[in-house]
Amino acid sequence: MRRELEAAAIALLATMAAGSVLMVIAGASPLEVWGTLLAETLGDRYGAGQVLFRATPLVLTGLAVAVPLRAGLVNIGGEGQMIAAALACAVVAAAIPVATPAVLALPLALLAAAAAGGAVGAATGALRVHRGAHEVIVAILLNAIIAGVALWLGNEWLFVGDATRTATIVPGARFAELGITGSSASWSILVALGAAGAVGWIQTRSITGYRWRMIGANPEAARAGGLAVARERVVAMAAAGALAGLAGAHFVLGHKHAFEEGLGRNQGFIGIAVALLAQGRAGGILVSALVFGMLAQGGLEVAELVPKEVVDVLQAVVVLVAAATLGRRGAPGAAVSS
Amino acid sequence: MSATSELVLAVRASKRYGDCVALRDARLEVKGGTVHAVVGENGAGKSTLLKVVYGLVRADAGELTLGGDRVDLARHGVVAAQAKGVGMVHQHGMLVPTLSLAENAALGHERLRHGLLDLAAAERELEAAASALEQPLDGGALAGALTVGEQQRAEIVMAVARARRVLILDEPTALLAPREVDRLLAMLRMIADAGCAVVLVTHKLDEVAAVADAVTVLRAGATVAELPRGTPTQDVARAMVGGEPPPPGAAPPPPAAGAPVVLAVRRPGVELEVKAGEIVGIAGIEGNGQRELVHGLAGLAPGATRDPTVAHVAEDRQLHGLVLDGTLADNVMLGRDAEVRRGWRIDRERVRALTERSLAALDVRPPAPALPARALSGGNQQKLVVARELGRPGVRAVVAAQPTRGVDIAAQAVIHDRLRAAAEAGAAVLVVSADLDELFALCHRVAVMHRGAIAGELAGDELRAPDARARLGAWMVGARVEGA
Repeated sequence: MRRELEAAAIALLATMAAGSVLMVIAGASPLEVWGTLLAETLGDRYGAGQVLFRATPLVLTGLAVAVPLRAGLVNIGGEGQMIAAALACAVVAAAIPVATPAVLALPLALLAAAAAGGAVGAATGALRVHRGAHEVIVAILLNAIIAGVALWLGNEWLFVGDATRTATIVPGARFAELGITGSSASWSILVALGAAGAVGWIQTRSITGYRWRMIGANPEAARAGGLAVARERVVAMAAAGALAGLAGAHFVLGHKHAFEEGLGRNQGFIGIAVALLAQGRAGGILVSALVFGMLAQGGLEVAELVPKEVVDVLQAVVVLVAAATLGRRGAPGAAVSS
Repeated sequence: MSATSELVLAVRASKRYGDCVALRDARLEVKGGTVHAVVGENGAGKSTLLKVVYGLVRADAGELTLGGDRVDLARHGVVAAQAKGVGMVHQHGMLVPTLSLAENAALGHERLRHGLLDLAAAERELEAAASALEQPLDGGALAGALTVGEQQRAEIVMAVARARRVLILDEPTALLAPREVDRLLAMLRMIADAGCAVVLVTHKLDEVAAVADAVTVLRAGATVAELPRGTPTQDVARAMVGGEPPPPGAAPPPPAAGAPVVLAVRRPGVELEVKAGEIVGIAGIEGNGQRELVHGLAGLAPGATRDPTVAHVAEDRQLHGLVLDGTLADNVMLGRDAEVRRGWRIDRERVRALTERSLAALDVRPPAPALPARALSGGNQQKLVVARELGRPGVRAVVAAQPTRGVDIAAQAVIHDRLRAAAEAGAAVLVVSADLDELFALCHRVAVMHRGAIAGELAGDELRAPDARARLGAWMVGARVEGA
């Protein structure tokens, strides 16, 4: 645990150093850029609200990577799981009667998202354990297929008017904004916090989390010991899909109030970075999602000082350094398998 | 061998791994032209000490002299050791199975001819070295196609070709049939007679008695005795364990005539039944179908699931037996989490109780539930597996594959006691072992597997007869059952 905190701290410091070098090359003053970045995110109510808004889906997509990682699977299908879920969520939340109260509409819409994302995740897991198709390859292909199918379904039947946007969802299915000075942060943050709490409990206290950990550490011994490795792995992937699906729901229910082409783009991939920086731990994911939320929001705020790409590069540097730090200090593969 | 031959290897070394002391000023002195046995229990530091000599492990302190030259231990490494004429043959084969023997021999020592790999030269040299040792082999043969014994002989030939001064063998006989062991020991004698110092790390005291000119005994990381040839085996054993070795147990009373059959295998060539209370042994050279037999019974065949009432002591404890990165508690409850769950939750109190009970039952040391399994010595890892498997509730049958491989005498006695106790409690016990002594000590019946089929079986008086070992050994290498 302490080693992992150290690694995360080193990663952040190294990222600041690398970022500073890039800023100098780009002709900006690192002090000014970092100062602006901090002032506009943490030192400003609107900025802080936007950080929360950006961190919310990252918590969920980060968890979607962390859960199967424990069981020895890499979920890079968050993107597709999220899109399938967002579409299902938007369709359900728009189809129910306009007067549906929030106590019914919100759970229903969230359930639709979790079910759709979960189904995609389960399919990925099932192809891996029953057909031997590698989950990374399957996920890459499913991401492409789902993006295409969603667009086709939208264009053919679901998009309204000339926009690439589905019908607006009913008022009862919307997450209200938190009201932090005009920021987009909404009550969907509670979904993310609840999910992180649940995953944390599962990882540390539950039989299922124990089984996933054993399967991830040595699937052969787990199977020889009598664990249903294939079934547990499908369940882990289904849970991951459901979590990514809730990230999709965040965009639909808490922000856009409809499914839009390009919604949530890249949040599934950034979730991989969030999970790796947090070493797959639920508590750490809350922190690491905030870091990535800050970089995302801060990147916009400093766009006048440095090219946007500088901040994009930093997101990758964080993970690279975290992985390298743990790798040097721990056993080979420690960054992924712990 | 000449008693006046010079000292070619002298080492003193200390080594710590974290809090664990592996070597405390352990010493070893070996003369040229001798076979020198290094014995000791698991975790006594035998392998570590010789890995220091071979440059695989860097000692914290100590000194090393090879062929009269002082070696700087801080700068020592495998390449330097090989340059000084030291070779080592490891317990687990290091041949690349998809390469030929000549290609394996050339690996890392590639000879070029016109800028291309000269495999023909490697093959010629290897075959010449082999015939010099009266171990003819085919340099073009694929390593993976050979038996374990053949592979090992090839590895020794390769090592001897480079090891001018010192040849180290780490438990070389663990995987061999009796006839192959005899052949190996004869080969070691020949290598020593040619002037090389042969260091034999072993658990098996009968091998020591048969071949060693001198014995160094390690205990808890220190050298406790240096014994000459002809020292009674009992004295060597006493020095190893630091007291009286545990008396060998006797097989439990045979099962009643009407005892029900619990384990049954019926397929072409293999008809096997094990009754409740019976201990049946499967002997044979490895790779003759034992693994498939065990995997079938333990639910490890593709698509199969495990019967939780069949305890399985896996042959490969690090692959199938344990989750090395898991704690001892994690490993004790592997496949047994139903006993510690309360709904979806892990009941930590029950985990603690189950772990303490299991570690105590087999005397796993150290009994620290939060320790990763990786930190245990091989013998204690094996005891951990046995504790979990034989402790399963409602065990009807036990399938134990090589249950005491690489395990010291004390741990071996504990594991054997538990297997006997399981049979006495009414379980059907199947023991697969390459070690005939183990099967003689445990079993009511012993069958031999050869090429996937049962070649013969001895039971009762036949098993206790003086010629039992020879008959089993003959079946292991392909002899037919008399009259069949």
